[in-house]
Amino acid sequence: MTTPVLEARDVTMRFGGLTAVRSVDFTVNSGEIVGLIGPNGAGKTTFFNCLTGLYVPTEGTVSYQGTVLPPKPHLVTKAGIARTFQNIRLFANMTVLENVLVGRHTRTKEGLWSALLRGPGFKKAERDSEERAMELLEFIGLAHKRDHLARNLPYGEQRKLEIARALASEPGLLLLDEPTAGMNPQETRTTEELVFAIRDRGVAVLVIEHDMRFIFNLCDRVAVLVQGEKLVEGTSDVVQADERVVAAYLGEPFEGDPSTTKGEVQ
Amino acid sequence: MTETTTTPPADRAPAPAARGLVPLPPATALPLLLAGGIATAASTFLAWTWTAEFPGDLTVSGYPGGLQWLTFTAGLLTALFALSAYRVRGLRWLTPAGNHAPLLLVAVGGFGTTWYTVLAITIKLGGLANLEPGGFIAAVASLVPLVGALALPAEHRGEDLATALGKRIAKPDRIPAAEATTPWVQRAAITAVAVVGLIVFTYGIDTEYGELFIGYLIVVVFTIWALHTAGLLDRFSQLLAGNRSFALAMGFLAAIAFPFTQTDDHYANIGVNILIFGTVALGLNIVVGLAGLLDLGYVAFLGVGAYTAALVSGSEFSKFSGVQFPFWAAALSGAAASLIFGVLIGAPTLRLRGDYLAIVTLGFGEIFRIAVNNMDGDSGPDITNGPNGIPSIPDLSFLGFNFGEAHDVGGFTLGRFANYYLLMVLIMALVVLVYTRAADSRIGRSWIAIREDETAATAMGINGFRVKLVAFALGASLAGLAGTVSAHVTYSVVPNPYQFAGSTPPNSAFLLAAVVLGGMGTVAGPLLGAALLYLLPEKLVFLQDKSLLAFGVALILLMRFRPEGIIANRRRQLEFHETGQLDVPDTTTLTDEPAVTKAGT
Repeated sequence: MTTPVLEARDVTMRFGGLTAVRSVDFTVNSGEIVGLIGPNGAGKTTFFNCLTGLYVPTEGTVSYQGTVLPPKPHLVTKAGIARTFQNIRLFANMTVLENVLVGRHTRTKEGLWSALLRGPGFKKAERDSEERAMELLEFIGLAHKRDHLARNLPYGEQRKLEIARALASEPGLLLLDEPTAGMNPQETRTTEELVFAIRDRGVAVLVIEHDMRFIFNLCDRVAVLVQGEKLVEGTSDVVQADERVVAAYLGEPFEGDPSTTKGEVQ
Repeated sequence: MTETTTTPPADRAPAPAARGLVPLPPATALPLLLAGGIATAASTFLAWTWTAEFPGDLTVSGYPGGLQWLTFTAGLLTALFALSAYRVRGLRWLTPAGNHAPLLLVAVGGFGTTWYTVLAITIKLGGLANLEPGGFIAAVASLVPLVGALALPAEHRGEDLATALGKRIAKPDRIPAAEATTPWVQRAAITAVAVVGLIVFTYGIDTEYGELFIGYLIVVVFTIWALHTAGLLDRFSQLLAGNRSFALAMGFLAAIAFPFTQTDDHYANIGVNILIFGTVALGLNIVVGLAGLLDLGYVAFLGVGAYTAALVSGSEFSKFSGVQFPFWAAALSGAAASLIFGVLIGAPTLRLRGDYLAIVTLGFGEIFRIAVNNMDGDSGPDITNGPNGIPSIPDLSFLGFNFGEAHDVGGFTLGRFANYYLLMVLIMALVVLVYTRAADSRIGRSWIAIREDETAATAMGINGFRVKLVAFALGASLAGLAGTVSAHVTYSVVPNPYQFAGSTPPNSAFLLAAVVLGGMGTVAGPLLGAALLYLLPEKLVFLQDKSLLAFGVALILLMRFRPEGIIANRRRQLEFHETGQLDVPDTTTLTDEPAVTKAGT
């Protein structure tokens, strides 16, 4: 049941003299929803980029289902890790359906020749891809907008579409980078249900988020990253009760007026 | 889609008066248009000038000649549109939206070509004295529909003249849906358009002197603009979408029919050059329009194909003069050589993005020309004969069919260039097939994804480098294929045409201009752009040394007024015009229902 999907061992990322991530060990098990939180500038997104191959870690390894990941984003996706972006990066001038079809890229292999010759294999692959894509659009509730351009969708639906596009690559692990940024409470709740539904499809999920209520409702386990180091990891209760976490976010509590202590936030 | 009223409440009481820009009673406007149109057409039966010194012989009374034919056509069109505005049965389809913009535009077209002719006579022959009474009558008659069109009532809210004029030639937001027609009617319409298109295109290619071509351009541009504002072009593209294979077949037939309409092989030569230019532009469209890679040295691949074909053509000046490949083998080796060069140049350069890629490809394009220039045995290995190039390339011979000789086919004589023209039509058809199939597939989608957002595309598992290399290599090999034919058509290959910018096509700047001008990411766009950019310097001799300036100005104007190119790709159009939900399927835009249902309801 709890086989590790993603294992980061001793990951360190240095940019010149700055150490953005310092020897972080991190595991995501199958069927888990794991949260990654931390104050701004704690190195969350850098760590994320190390996991997805955008950065090559200075030290340490990242492995997926036991094999070390190659440091190329497209190979990481092929291995089975899909991601969304903090600021939505859809293909704005492609239709909703086309966006999801692009997500299918690694799971199909029809090259130029088969596109030119249009044999039965090509037609079957295209039909299958479209079926899969439509099934995902049904899943996130955007099937009726398949022919709309992605740019014309409302903000919340663009977030959903980005998730559908990531799911189209049939990942074992989905990385969500601030999936509820800019959402109203109702949209946040829908996203929460969506993440649970994704987990029920057998996909492990790793979420970066600032919305604490969202994180603590959602996650089986939460890791806190502060100044590039993992401060604490555990269930919601453990993390919420940990004084160091509170201190990292708000400064030391109960020592007078919070407005004067804010300056001590590290 | 409700109309928003921007006038403040105080102004609402007096409704904006519907009036014309010319203070005439509105009731006289349409009669003026109709009578003026007929009078303009009739005036072409008079003599306009006394001497045949002005080309086209406008001295004959009794029938039109030369430029008069254009005025005649424009006058008739004005009269037809006026009748359509009268809702005459059988002509209503000309103005489905019932707007006045097409009337004004055809009137301007007639006025423009007539006054251009009259002024050209006056200036060329030196004075108004050279005009016969017929010329004055034509000038006045063509002014009448223009006045009539401007007198047509329209709503004005106190805007300045430019805005008022702009509104008058604007296309209405909504064109009423076409009535359902039977497939036979639709096919007849497509056939008719193909025939008319062939006639118009043939007339343009066959124009013998610059004045006639300018008059032709004025009439064609304003007529097409009028059809566009009337909504007929939209309807026609819907028609095409519904009968795609039939439309393709008709277009192909029309292209094949072209050399049969020509008596002079010179014009078939223009045709074949346009096709070569257009094929290469379509190949570049894969690289620029689909994958979004700005390649400024693309013409080098045409050169690689041409040189390869020349080397294996059996020309006695070729390094391998003993070798003579059959055409299919020469074409394949030309395409293969270009493919190899494409990969060799692409592999190091495609790691760069944007401007850097453009600069490096520009450099590689020049390297090709300079290298070919130097491979003459003195400064380099003896392969290409340096600046002298490889002359006297023999004509192609295919299954006993010699392309160099004239052949009689069903009573028509097909000359040397007509033969090559037909070969190029086949190659063009192949390239169009490759383009459309590649664009609508997994690889085509990944090109567009790379163009849209490379980081996101790689995160979706697309190997950006590899996919871009495929686009680069495919574009290169299509250009090389066209190059093999062009070597035989021109008898010789020399390094000079394969440069970045020059005053005659093909060169990289012209190719890129053809793609951008015509419309990136479409099939018809680059072909139209190539035809225009080839014909303009060919026909307007006085432009020759200023053509780069003229195209610069044209491109700037285009970027200002129609950045998506003459023929717009749906995607591109949305990119440049942010407002509006143009992508919503037609069924919802044509009704009064809101275009998009609210999310979640």
